[in-house]
Amino acid sequence: MITLEDYIVLATLLFMIGLYGVIVRTNLLMLFFATEIMLNSVNIALVAISNYYEDLTGQMFAFFIIAIAASEVAIGLGLLILWYKRHGNIDLNTLKSMKG
Amino acid sequence: MEVIAFYTFAIAIIASFLIVVTSKNVLYSMSALASGMVLISGLFFLLNAEFLGVVQIIVYTGAVIALYAFAMIFFDSAKDVKESRRSRAIFLLSTFSSILLVLLMTIPMSSDAVSALYPMHQDVGNAQDVGMVLFTKYLIPFEVAAVMLLVAMVGGIVMAGKKMDRYLGNDKEEISK
Amino acid sequence: MELFLYTALFAPLAGSLFAGIFGASPKNIITGLVTSSLIFLSFVSSLFLFVHLYNGGEIVHVEMMDWIMAGDLSVPFGFVVDNVSSTMMLVVTLVSTVVHIYSMGYMEHDKGFNRFFSYLSAFVFSMMVLVMSDNFLGLFIGWEGVGLCSWLLIGFWYHKESATWAANEAFIMNRIADLGMLIGIFLIYWNFGSLQYDEVFSQVAETDTTILTWIGIFLFIGAMGKSAQFPLHTWLADAMEGPTPVSALIHAATMVTAGVYLVIRANELYSLIPEVGYFIASLGAFVAFFAATMALVNRDIKRVIAYSTLSQLGYMFVAGGLGAYWIALFHLATHAFFKALLFLGAGNVMHAMDDELNIMKMGGMRKVMGWTAILMIVASLALAGIYPFAGFFSKDKILEVAFDSNHYILWGVLWVTAGLTAFYSFRVVMLVFFGKERYKDFGFHPHEAHKFMLWAMSPLAVLAIIAGFFEHQFYNFVTGVLPHYNFSEEIHHVVGQLILVTTGIALTGIGIAVFSNMYREGVFSTVLQNNFIYRFLDNQWYIPKIYDEVFAKPYIELSTLLWNRVDVKIVDATVDGIAKFLHTTGEKTRGMQSGNLSHMLRWVVAGFTLLLVLAVVYTYYSI
Repeated sequence: MITLEDYIVLATLLFMIGLYGVIVRTNLLMLFFATEIMLNSVNIALVAISNYYEDLTGQMFAFFIIAIAASEVAIGLGLLILWYKRHGNIDLNTLKSMKG
Repeated sequence: MEVIAFYTFAIAIIASFLIVVTSKNVLYSMSALASGMVLISGLFFLLNAEFLGVVQIIVYTGAVIALYAFAMIFFDSAKDVKESRRSRAIFLLSTFSSILLVLLMTIPMSSDAVSALYPMHQDVGNAQDVGMVLFTKYLIPFEVAAVMLLVAMVGGIVMAGKKMDRYLGNDKEEISK
Repeated sequence: MELFLYTALFAPLAGSLFAGIFGASPKNIITGLVTSSLIFLSFVSSLFLFVHLYNGGEIVHVEMMDWIMAGDLSVPFGFVVDNVSSTMMLVVTLVSTVVHIYSMGYMEHDKGFNRFFSYLSAFVFSMMVLVMSDNFLGLFIGWEGVGLCSWLLIGFWYHKESATWAANEAFIMNRIADLGMLIGIFLIYWNFGSLQYDEVFSQVAETDTTILTWIGIFLFIGAMGKSAQFPLHTWLADAMEGPTPVSALIHAATMVTAGVYLVIRANELYSLIPEVGYFIASLGAFVAFFAATMALVNRDIKRVIAYSTLSQLGYMFVAGGLGAYWIALFHLATHAFFKALLFLGAGNVMHAMDDELNIMKMGGMRKVMGWTAILMIVASLALAGIYPFAGFFSKDKILEVAFDSNHYILWGVLWVTAGLTAFYSFRVVMLVFFGKERYKDFGFHPHEAHKFMLWAMSPLAVLAIIAGFFEHQFYNFVTGVLPHYNFSEEIHHVVGQLILVTTGIALTGIGIAVFSNMYREGVFSTVLQNNFIYRFLDNQWYIPKIYDEVFAKPYIELSTLLWNRVDVKIVDATVDGIAKFLHTTGEKTRGMQSGNLSHMLRWVVAGFTLLLVLAVVYTYYSI
């Protein structure tokens, strides 16, 4: 029998993979992918909890997270294209204008 | 049956996401991401969340990945992504924080004091159930999310579509470097 | 009557605030006129109150508002005008009015003209609070208020280092004494549960004498500081750095007598503890003699008068200590008149001599300053105690009290002092107004003061002459509140001889002063000036030197030690350590701010992990 804990562990594993991607990758597009992975891992956890507690709140939140992810992609990609057109690459290491 | 399905899906998801974060080629990782998204929708079906499963396929695989694919047209996707440093410390850090996260999430579950705020109904289907709650209790967040999506769409179009045919950089040295 | 009370009290405050508005602007004669007229208004109100009480009216007692209400402690802003305080009010406002008008002439060329009047009126207000308050705490507020104004006015010419030094000295000396006073007030509250005069004094008779003795001692310590009694006397002579009207008002007529006022006000307490009273009297007699000897040789006209003030305060304390409170008050009043007159006269002389203070450089000035000379001679005669001037009546009464209470030593000391007083006051008069016109050698061109200044001084002169004749009326008036002093039968037989003897020594003193100056230049020849006693007196009994050696130098050494050991090695090191730590942390962590987003992301993850750790730990402990 699959328990809630199994889903949570899976979600956490996926989250870890996403976090790893965020830290390691320097290509901005890859960074976006890693972010999507993290969002999806959270969705899995929310839906699993929703199922095991028979509560729809988790699904609601997952739904809104999907909406947010979609808008994030739209805006993010727009910015990315703008950046690429200006600088010719999408390497995170070239984003150094925020120097303190 | 359920066990087999869960483990199959779980292993497949982990595998495809690992490809996403490790692959050097953007196209590979994007394809892996798409497959992972579809597989996650399988998990949703398994969890009796049919509505979300469908949404997952439509939004992620249909919209998000398609967006990425279009965006790829602008980038030089054939080129390998530059190899980034892989430090052991960073890997440990993410592992460690994930374990902590598991702990944090399971600790409240170990207590049985959790009660459902919007309980599911057994006699109606999931999509109907979700719809009922979404359009009563979560109507305003839903509307706001709709407006947000609209804003994002306009924003994305304006930013990506502005002077599409022209180079916008103001310093030539930046490119030559 | 309440209206008069409030007018008398707050008119000076209004004047002070008005002048304060123009404090920083250049001289404006209006401030002088407004403050003077407001003080005069206060004087008129005080006069009304005085007449009201004199005609047997009720004591005016008002509670303006609640002030401190904390637990059992209830101190209202209350004011009382009884026979004692109305006398004080009359003296204070009269002298203040004269001094204000006089100052308009004296300060006419000063840049701080408006500021001066603001301070002066603030002083009068504080003094009025001091004398009118119906509780010890209000008295203390006034006490501190006059201390503050005294500090401001002594250091009025703040660009002069000696003036600021003298101001600080006066302030610090008074703070030392005020500590004693505060302890006294605390003890009063502790034992009586109230600070109202009437409540406290109604209970003193049933209270343990030991406690009363301590209260008496501590209150007297406060009085010692304000009235510059030994060993806290050094500030008064140095306070002469202030403008002369200030010396006349504060350091002769009003503030320094606050100590005497306190003893008089607390007479019901002090009459139960005659030992303390005897100590006060002994100290007073000692100071009277001690100050008079210093006045003998000083060459600074203002310092001579300051020492004379000190000496006369000693007289008052003798009377107060021996239980003759009304005589102390009487001498306080007469002394205020003639001493203020003397100071203002000295102010005229100084003004004429371009602020020269050395009497050795003056002489023969009666020819140019006839009126000032006359006023000064009147004041000196009153000070010396020559019939029919005011000082004769009050000073002789004190001597009689000393003789009558069988304190022959005190009497002897005071008797000798009377001679010394006569000598030094006429020494000043002779050196300044008679003899060779030495000022010509130094290139001074003295001139008589403004007419209105002389007119302003005239009421004081009149009072210095006639005040003594009101002795009986005064006695009848103040004994409505103060206890009677019962002279024994025998004194009536010897009082004639006593007066004769005292007048005799006073005349002798004057005689010596007059003749030695008439026929020889300078009081003391060079031989005498090298004499040990002369040098001893000239150095103020070496007391400033002793203070310097005993208190100041060890204090400096201790401070240096603490500076080197504690401040540098502990305090500074701690502060520097914190700064260094922060600086090093900053240097080490500035690498974080590389501007590289991927580094920043890593730091975000690190922070996220740290927060998770904390959350887990917290959750673990809270379950």
